[in-house]
Amino acid sequence: MRLFDLFRRGTAPIARERLQILLAHERGARSHPDLLGILREEIIAVIGRHVSFEPDKVQIKMDRGKTVSTLAVDIEIPNLDRISGLVPG
Amino acid sequence: MAQVLVVTSGKGGVGKTTSTASLGAALARDGAKVVVIDFDVGLRNLDLVLGAERRVVFDLINVINGVAKLSQALIRDKRLETLYLLPASQTRDKDALTEEGVAKVIEELRTKFDWIICDSPAGIERGAMLAMRYADAAIIVTNPEVSSVRDSDRIIGLLDSKTLKAERGERVEKHVLITRYNSSRAARGEMLSINDVLEILSTPLLGIIPESQEVLRASNVGSPVTLNNPLSAPARAYFDAAQRLKGEHVPMVVPSDGRGIFNKLFARKAA
Repeated sequence: MRLFDLFRRGTAPIARERLQILLAHERGARSHPDLLGILREEIIAVIGRHVSFEPDKVQIKMDRGKTVSTLAVDIEIPNLDRISGLVPG
Repeated sequence: MAQVLVVTSGKGGVGKTTSTASLGAALARDGAKVVVIDFDVGLRNLDLVLGAERRVVFDLINVINGVAKLSQALIRDKRLETLYLLPASQTRDKDALTEEGVAKVIEELRTKFDWIICDSPAGIERGAMLAMRYADAAIIVTNPEVSSVRDSDRIIGLLDSKTLKAERGERVEKHVLITRYNSSRAARGEMLSINDVLEILSTPLLGIIPESQEVLRASNVGSPVTLNNPLSAPARAYFDAAQRLKGEHVPMVVPSDGRGIFNKLFARKAA
């Protein structure tokens, strides 16, 4: 929203839109568990099976939008030649 | 037949206790037998808002534990002889509030009163869940503000799943009561409008209580605004809401902020 619109219409429309998006997600979460949360856990578990990484080198970003949500999992994996001894198999 | 109402909100400070007292007094003024129950164990305040704080001897938990009989714990209002208060306990032990105990108290009250109004504590802990547990209808007190609307939505979900009625496949009748409404701020787009709130919560409206110093004045002196200043804008809005609770059709008035010339003159005279 442009600055001009803020002056003209106030901040209530922003409040309204933020609430609509948030509540759509929260209502969905009541009937089935947090899908993005499950994906996050499972993706990390799968990667952990193949390479070992420091838990604090994992960056997870979530963006819940009106029609689509995104989940970005950024895992810093040490180069294979340096960890070949660490990985089983 | 007795109606059990819960006044709830999720968020604190939105006006649950004020609304419980004001609606209770409005219903009792017409001769109905009304009991208001404070479920906020440890942080009771309904006694204070009703001006009965010095008369509390026994409380809800004493009745549940069998220390006192219901008739001993009920405090009759000094102004309205059909209005009663069942205060909350100041004990810190919230576990003393049991589901069976509350069920028994409500059952007994159902035989004696027309309206049983349960003032819920904020949050979604035990006290709040038990306050809504046996409700036939719910009043969700909401301020036109994002965090209050979000919490109201959460409470609506709980009313639809965790109440006895919901578990039996019946519906708890739900009403939104918008409090602290400031029409000029809504008109300027600084505050969510009535329609915004209703559309987001998709729940019917019971009333709109304007933001007013009369509400604070009333609680200062320990009298519900519907008794303290029955002609004030918030009191009239509560009376209308009480009529709607009884199933009567009362046209919805969006309160103006009372800054018209007439109101200004009148307010000065009244002050």
